[in-house]
Amino acid sequence: MKYTAHINVMPLKELLDPQGKAVNNSLHNLGLTAVQDVRIGKHITLHVEATDKVAAEAAVKDACSKLLANPVMESFEFSITEG
Amino acid sequence: MKFGIVVFPGSNCDRDMMHALQDDLKQEVVMLWHKDNDLSSFTTDDCIVLPGGFSYGDYLRCGALARFSPLMEEVIKFANKGGKVLGVCNGFQILCESGLLPGVLLLNDHQKFTCKNVYIKAATDSNFVGKNAGNTPRKIPVAHGEGRYVADAVTIEKLTANNQIVFHYCDENGEVHINSNPNGTTNNIAGICNEGRNVFGMMPHPERACSDALNNIDGRAILEAFAKMN
Amino acid sequence: MQEATLEQAVKLGLREEEFEQIKQILGRTPNFNETAMYSVMWSEHCSYKNSITQLKTLPRDGERLLVKAGEENAGLVDIGDGLGCVFKIESHNHPSAIEPFQGAATGVGGIHRDIFTMGARPIASLNSLRFGKLDNPKTKWLLKGVVKGIGHYGNCFGVPTVAGEIYFDGCYQTNPLVNAMSVGVVKAGQTVSATSHGEGNAVFIVGAATGKDGIGGASFASADITEDSVNDLPAVQVGDPFEEKKLLEACLEVIPTGALIGMQDMGAAGITCSCSEMSAKGEHGMNIHLDKVPTRQHNMQPWEMLLSESQERMLIVVKKGREAEVKKIFDKWDIHCVQIGDVTTDGRLKYFMNGELIADVPAHSLVLGGGAPVYIREYEEPKYFAQIKAFNQDTIAIPADLTAVAMELVQLPTIASKRWVYEQYDSMVGTGNTQTNEPSDAAVVRVHGSAKGIAMTTDCNSRYVYADPYKGGMIAVSEAARNIVCSGGLPVAITNCLNFGNPYNKEVYYQFVHAIRGMGDACRKLGTPVTGGNVSFYNQSSDDGPVYPTPTIGMVGVLDNLDQKMTMYFKNDGDVIYVIGQNRNDINCSEYLYNVLGVSHSPAPHFDLEEEYALQDVVLKVVREKLVNSAHDTAEGGLFVALVESAMQKNMGFEVSTDASIRKDAFLFGEAQSRVVVSVSADKAAAFEAALGNHPYSKIGTVKAGGNIRIDNADWGYIKDWKEAYDTAIEKLLNA
Repeated sequence: MKYTAHINVMPLKELLDPQGKAVNNSLHNLGLTAVQDVRIGKHITLHVEATDKVAAEAAVKDACSKLLANPVMESFEFSITEG
Repeated sequence: MKFGIVVFPGSNCDRDMMHALQDDLKQEVVMLWHKDNDLSSFTTDDCIVLPGGFSYGDYLRCGALARFSPLMEEVIKFANKGGKVLGVCNGFQILCESGLLPGVLLLNDHQKFTCKNVYIKAATDSNFVGKNAGNTPRKIPVAHGEGRYVADAVTIEKLTANNQIVFHYCDENGEVHINSNPNGTTNNIAGICNEGRNVFGMMPHPERACSDALNNIDGRAILEAFAKMN
Repeated sequence: MQEATLEQAVKLGLREEEFEQIKQILGRTPNFNETAMYSVMWSEHCSYKNSITQLKTLPRDGERLLVKAGEENAGLVDIGDGLGCVFKIESHNHPSAIEPFQGAATGVGGIHRDIFTMGARPIASLNSLRFGKLDNPKTKWLLKGVVKGIGHYGNCFGVPTVAGEIYFDGCYQTNPLVNAMSVGVVKAGQTVSATSHGEGNAVFIVGAATGKDGIGGASFASADITEDSVNDLPAVQVGDPFEEKKLLEACLEVIPTGALIGMQDMGAAGITCSCSEMSAKGEHGMNIHLDKVPTRQHNMQPWEMLLSESQERMLIVVKKGREAEVKKIFDKWDIHCVQIGDVTTDGRLKYFMNGELIADVPAHSLVLGGGAPVYIREYEEPKYFAQIKAFNQDTIAIPADLTAVAMELVQLPTIASKRWVYEQYDSMVGTGNTQTNEPSDAAVVRVHGSAKGIAMTTDCNSRYVYADPYKGGMIAVSEAARNIVCSGGLPVAITNCLNFGNPYNKEVYYQFVHAIRGMGDACRKLGTPVTGGNVSFYNQSSDDGPVYPTPTIGMVGVLDNLDQKMTMYFKNDGDVIYVIGQNRNDINCSEYLYNVLGVSHSPAPHFDLEEEYALQDVVLKVVREKLVNSAHDTAEGGLFVALVESAMQKNMGFEVSTDASIRKDAFLFGEAQSRVVVSVSADKAAAFEAALGNHPYSKIGTVKAGGNIRIDNADWGYIKDWKEAYDTAIEKLLNA
């Protein structure tokens, strides 16, 4: 079975996100004061060949924790769709 | 004729540009703060310089946040009136983000920041910068992470046909080839100008090659071009 | 507030007797907030409790020193023309071991803050790095991360990285060393002190908002690294060089207004440390309202704010009535500038949260030189000394193929070109670095608006220190000075970063005590007092044991005019090559013996402080009188590597003859100290020789155009091939 994993890697909530902070300030300077907070991460998609969804999830989780996200700095979440 | 150097938060070559223009080229220089929105003391004989550095930390995209600084609106108007604008490194990135120059500067092909002396030479003498710099290879430092110039095929073709490519990276003998390309930039492009030939952007830093104390003055002819124009 | 328990105190890193001492100071049992404050302020990192008695033996006076060691955030030396040079080196080893990118980045940020908090504009940075073996995947990850982190912060902040050193050795496998140095320049009269006084003056926090990052970092920095501490996540801090660049410009704009009483950056132990050190220095107190501190996260506990190590923050004390003026400048730069308290006369730090007093301690009791404990540790001679003493170089056969040995040597990552590293650093921003086009042994950076240059270097061969801590300490200082002298500078002062293992280990402490004695003796002899620095203990792991004792020396020297600069490369065909100093029959402790022949224990190489002093004296003389065309000291890899390095820049060859009275491998690769390779125009040779007086020297050959290398008439190939091997060795190892 083929699956597609949609992964979001984000800076850990407790840590400073300098990029998000600077973008937030610039949005305010442009008058977009309704914006309260900006955090910037990465979106990654993976195509996975696996026997079933559980196996695909295990593979994606492995990829995230070993390489795609740095657990010292980042958290990750993902969803998996067929195809 | 005078130079105005725009200081954005995070600019860090603003003072270097000032030293080069003021101390080495004996030019009048005015430092401009990005929050001001007044260029009324500048005429189209003058030159506005967007210096190198990391405006707004280079966060989001290089130059993307600086482009919305209040003074940039005025710089765009100034350029559209025919005023001369030079963007070096981060300044080049800002010019591309603001639409004054076409294309974009992307992460170097080797994915690393790179700082070293390279050689460039003018691609054409059909603009005053290339004309003054001449056809000799000049040793000019680069220092950037995002210096790979990219534009769609039509734009590149137009830039080439219209002689808007100002500098190519070359080797010390002036040969333009893949091994003299420090970042994977399209066709070894190191600098371009707009159709009106009054807005110039380049990744190498001529202001770092203007001083006898550093034993490299290859950059002088490039900056002198702006002073000599009038 | 509830009283803290002994168990809590111990968990925070305090010893039982220290907890008792706090009770005596306060006359009551401290609450948790207070206990947390003492735990960080009395940690090794802030209090120097296990090192201060030794540090005090170092020479800390000199006519050029404008502040004494330890009095301010960094050293300040007079370089003439109404200018001062502010410089310091500091370690960020443990954070870099966990998260190399952010660890190294925040190390760079921290050391620059120490410089501009005194009012100086940083003009150059250097770094001294130690990693495990480069064929190890973990080392590659650490090296790439650290280099990227240093580049990320320094490039964005806009200060050139002009020099540094990197050694690779198995002893650093788990515990790398990341030492960063910053050098700044300030006009006399524009410095700011880290002090606080004047009742009613306003205390402001400026810079980034305070978050939970790095909480307990000071304590963390003082604990052994174990697998568990990898999971100690909140101890990581994230650097924001953009914020710091704005902070720099704003601070340097505020200082000339004269509205400030004092300023101190917030590093380890954040608000606690800056409030207590400034107050103790100014012999005043402060009332601080923590609820006014801008925070990044909601519901921060008082102790979290007290200990937070969020980067890019400063504490400033502003003269009453001038607050608006100061605030305006920080507003211009879009930087938080919030009054959080005021200065009191009772010498106590009182912290309030929403009006409630949550901590109340005497400022003096927290700090080094005040109430912080001082320990005298025991030491004993290391057992491995027996192995070192047992080595006899006569048992080592001279290899048949010395060319092959040399080729291996120039490709050792410790010796090979660090091009892969330094090209990732902006080395030219500031248009002051003269190294780019004219390399010399120490980096020479010009001072804009003056004819002067500042020479700077970092040095330490820790294997020498391991083999003989006293001699190794002397060599570290001497090599730094030698590099400065070869570049035409007059050495003026040092800063040091003392990286050692656990001070409670008696052998480690022996290394510490003796290395400091060596450094002290060399500093006194060479006239380069110690302006300050940093001690980093607990550099060890359960697998590899303590790292080699690594007292990194950062030194600055002065060139009154840039014309005094001397470069390190051969220039002209036919120039005569001399070695100033005595070549010796000595392969001890060399890269050759250790890394090529695999001998792990041997004595430190020959070194004699009087001989070194005399050498530097004559080298500076012939350099300044322009009797030489290049000067390069012999260091790792010995004379052969020094010759090849001198020849590379202009693709020169050389012909040299070895000395029949010395083993050939010792002549080529031995690391006996106090030798400098120079090239001299043939027509100046007589004047040069006369200028050396009685100092030993040998004429070993000539520079040759064309690039061919000949040793004792044997063909050693062409310099371009040696250069290619030397330049690409690290890249090849990284890509392997």
